[in-house]
Amino acid sequence: MTQTNPIRDPEDETRRPVSPTGGRTGMRLIVPLQGVVQGRGGLILGSLIPCALFYFLQFYLKRHRSPPPPASPSSSNLPELARTSSRSNLTSRGSMGQARVSSRASSIAKPNDSPYYIGLDRASEDAYDELENPNGVIQLGLSENRLSLDLIEQWLSRNLNGSILGGGGGGLSMSGIATYQAFDDGLWELKVAMAGFMSQIMGRAVSFNPSQLVLTSGATPAIEILCFCLADPGHAFLIPTPYYPGFDRDVRWRTGVELIPVHCRSSDNFTLSITALDQAYNQVRKRGQKVRGILLSNPSNPVGSILTRETLYNLLDFARDKNIHIISDEIFAGSIYGSEEFVSMAEILDSEDVDRNRVHIVYGLSKDLSLPGFRVGAIYSWNEHVLTASKQLTRFCSISAPTQRLLIPMLSDTRFTQEYIETNRKRIQSMYDLFVAGLEQLGIKCAKSSGGLYCWADMRELIRPYNEKGELDLWDKLLNIAKINVTPGSACHCIEPGWFRCCFTTLSKKDIPLVIERIRKVVETCKPPS
Amino acid sequence: MAIEIEQPRVGLSKIAVSKTHGEDSPYFAGWKAYDENPYEEFGNPSGVIQMGLAENQVSFDMLEDYLEQHSEEASWGKKASGFRENALFQDYHGLQFFRKAMASFMEQIRGGRAKFNPDRVVITAGATAANELLTFILADPGDALLVPTPYYPGFDRDLRWRTGVNIVPIHCDSSNNFQVTPQALEAAYKSAESMNIKVRGVLITNPSNPLGVTIHRSTLEHILDFVTLKNIHLVSDEIYSGSVFSPTEFTSVAEILQWRNYKDCERVHIVYSLSKDLGLPGFRVGTIYSYNDQVVTTARRMSSFTLISSQTQQLLGLMLSDEKFTGNYITKNRDRLRNRYEKMISGLRNAGVECLEGNAGLFCWVNLSPLLESQTRESELAVWDLILHRVKLNISPGSSCHCSEPGWFRVCFANMSEKTLEVALKRIQIFMEERKIKSD
Repeated sequence: MTQTNPIRDPEDETRRPVSPTGGRTGMRLIVPLQGVVQGRGGLILGSLIPCALFYFLQFYLKRHRSPPPPASPSSSNLPELARTSSRSNLTSRGSMGQARVSSRASSIAKPNDSPYYIGLDRASEDAYDELENPNGVIQLGLSENRLSLDLIEQWLSRNLNGSILGGGGGGLSMSGIATYQAFDDGLWELKVAMAGFMSQIMGRAVSFNPSQLVLTSGATPAIEILCFCLADPGHAFLIPTPYYPGFDRDVRWRTGVELIPVHCRSSDNFTLSITALDQAYNQVRKRGQKVRGILLSNPSNPVGSILTRETLYNLLDFARDKNIHIISDEIFAGSIYGSEEFVSMAEILDSEDVDRNRVHIVYGLSKDLSLPGFRVGAIYSWNEHVLTASKQLTRFCSISAPTQRLLIPMLSDTRFTQEYIETNRKRIQSMYDLFVAGLEQLGIKCAKSSGGLYCWADMRELIRPYNEKGELDLWDKLLNIAKINVTPGSACHCIEPGWFRCCFTTLSKKDIPLVIERIRKVVETCKPPS
Repeated sequence: MAIEIEQPRVGLSKIAVSKTHGEDSPYFAGWKAYDENPYEEFGNPSGVIQMGLAENQVSFDMLEDYLEQHSEEASWGKKASGFRENALFQDYHGLQFFRKAMASFMEQIRGGRAKFNPDRVVITAGATAANELLTFILADPGDALLVPTPYYPGFDRDLRWRTGVNIVPIHCDSSNNFQVTPQALEAAYKSAESMNIKVRGVLITNPSNPLGVTIHRSTLEHILDFVTLKNIHLVSDEIYSGSVFSPTEFTSVAEILQWRNYKDCERVHIVYSLSKDLGLPGFRVGTIYSYNDQVVTTARRMSSFTLISSQTQQLLGLMLSDEKFTGNYITKNRDRLRNRYEKMISGLRNAGVECLEGNAGLFCWVNLSPLLESQTRESELAVWDLILHRVKLNISPGSSCHCSEPGWFRVCFANMSEKTLEVALKRIQIFMEERKIKSD
């Protein structure tokens, strides 16, 4: 059996406890020794001498064991990625003269085997088009909102004559762009406009201070920046499941931070329980790992539920008790339907005299304003240190100047934004109603939800066997036979198999009967024989 | 009276509290002084003139004219659904048409001496992000990149902060005009080895910042041979490639690879951006061009953290596809930069100040060592401070660029009007005269 130095082989290190290299050799000597001594020595010699020899041996071996690894950042970083990277994957290792990439890169370069990404690729390669490709894949796996872009187009044609440049006649001629460093984290006018927009989105129940905003090229880097600021490699965030598959990448890839799932179940509509949070927290601590915070999405993705005021208070109490952070991703805050009101973490902090240094909100324009291409995200925090560090980090992910210039007048046009927000909500509501009713016709119920661009469909009765494999079989049938791309719950780390996220805001009303019909065909083949 | 209860401080990461962002260095301190008292021709004629910002403002008018003349075609796309598609486009591959335009622009800059495949272009929000991304991909925490000194102060932050990667300097000095020598390369590599640090690559800036010179073809070839021998990577930051005063004096590593039939090219990666050559730093347009498929794939995925706005891609795609415009722009921009440089050099010479013979970039590498009391970093900083507060010019001390020889300064000339440059040169002349009088 080969003796591997536990430190040099990261896979081994995480699977077996580190054993002193001397252990095995020691045993091999003791056993024959004892036999020999017992044969001749009598009680004292038979027990004392072997014991003494044993201790002597251990002592000798301890002193000559290979020294522990230097406490350099290189060996202890990224235990998560090291586990999956597997040195054997570095294909260039075998071939002569090919410079290798880092272990971080190797793990990412492997083809994405998550159904979330596979489905997205298939749907875009064979995209449905009513005229050009009627048998193509209909995309229900991308939470994109196509329902209200016409409103933005109208605004653009009214205000900019349909031009691509903002800022009135030649977007280049303003002084703001000339200075380089000052505006990595967003032009002041855009921050003011964004703060106002966020307040409108959240029903004007809270006002946002522009100087607490840091703007980034999308919500994706906003999340990553917060993780870089709040945690070191090897630290963990607790996250309720099911969660947005992208978090696995955004939170973990380059930061080395871990995500610890806190499972939620359908029995209480996937509500987050503080007890479950507490249990997860304690388990992590027992392992000797540090929990740095909780990551939530509210409205939740993929379930679409909204956190109640009470839950928000409880979460704050919990965070205060454990002295950890809360990151509240509120990117769907404006995409609410139904009668439940959305309460932002900011609203709670506003009213309570609480320690605000631990709460950070993420927002963006990709969902509520349907502009994912423009790359507009935001971090909102009360923590001065986090704000300072985040601002400096935006040099790696700033919003492009013409886009800032275009959005300032648009977001400042509060009449337009108010009309947009209201109309958009109504449209999402009516698509939701139609889609969920259509699914019900097939006997598929959805979890209760009040926000987001999707519904969380219960197809547990249609999968066989009742496990992840059964779920993926159904996903596969839906993708390849029904030609519908939906996101299976396992990609969202849902503990119960059989749930699927279906985004309906990429459809138009007339597409719905077609979608339902296609799903019906597959559903019929899954129903148990009566 | 309320009693202040000390709240337990909630923890932050090492990255958040580290000083690796380098904001305390003189490079940034000078900017603060400028921000507090900025020169304005009429409003504040005795204010600080910013000569520490490597920005190109000499050719802005050409861009503005172009956009004015083409405002009709500056649309969201050919189809009626142009805006809609653009607004929804968040594919990390980037717009195909934009990548093609970037590739052809890079070819034009190199006079057609190198070909670029649009499918190897990865988009990032600026070269800052491109350099950081490549570092994440090519090296693990604790590893090192070898970088010739003097180098752009921002590298300390961009290459090291979040990545945990080290920079090991390749020392260059004035004895051979700061060119990289085989001995210096080898010495740097050995130095890393002796510290038990794994070297993953060499990162060069060509043309060089802060030197303002292009790297000789023979030096490039040697560097290429060196990285091949050591089986490491080469990153060539060619962000100033369009700012070379004469078209024939720049050799890109891409040309050499093409000439060598792309042998061993998978270790080479080029960084480019429109911030300098087109004077559009606010647009945040950077690219990684890699000859390594795995790096291209990985960089694409990682670029999710740093994509370019689809609106900007569309706009610039239109502009850069217009080869007549770009050809004309490149030529005129070169000429204007050369004129500025010549004005700068003659003004400095009249004041009795020498500089390195430059042929590219937006700055001069100026030798003020005669002014130093002792050839030390402290003396250099004293002179820097004097020039900042007495002469009211913000220039960048060589020590912030990790130059091993004290007394050198980077002085930018393209981020101001010609008039302002004249004022700055006058101030230098007066200052030098005063010193001469004092010492006589």
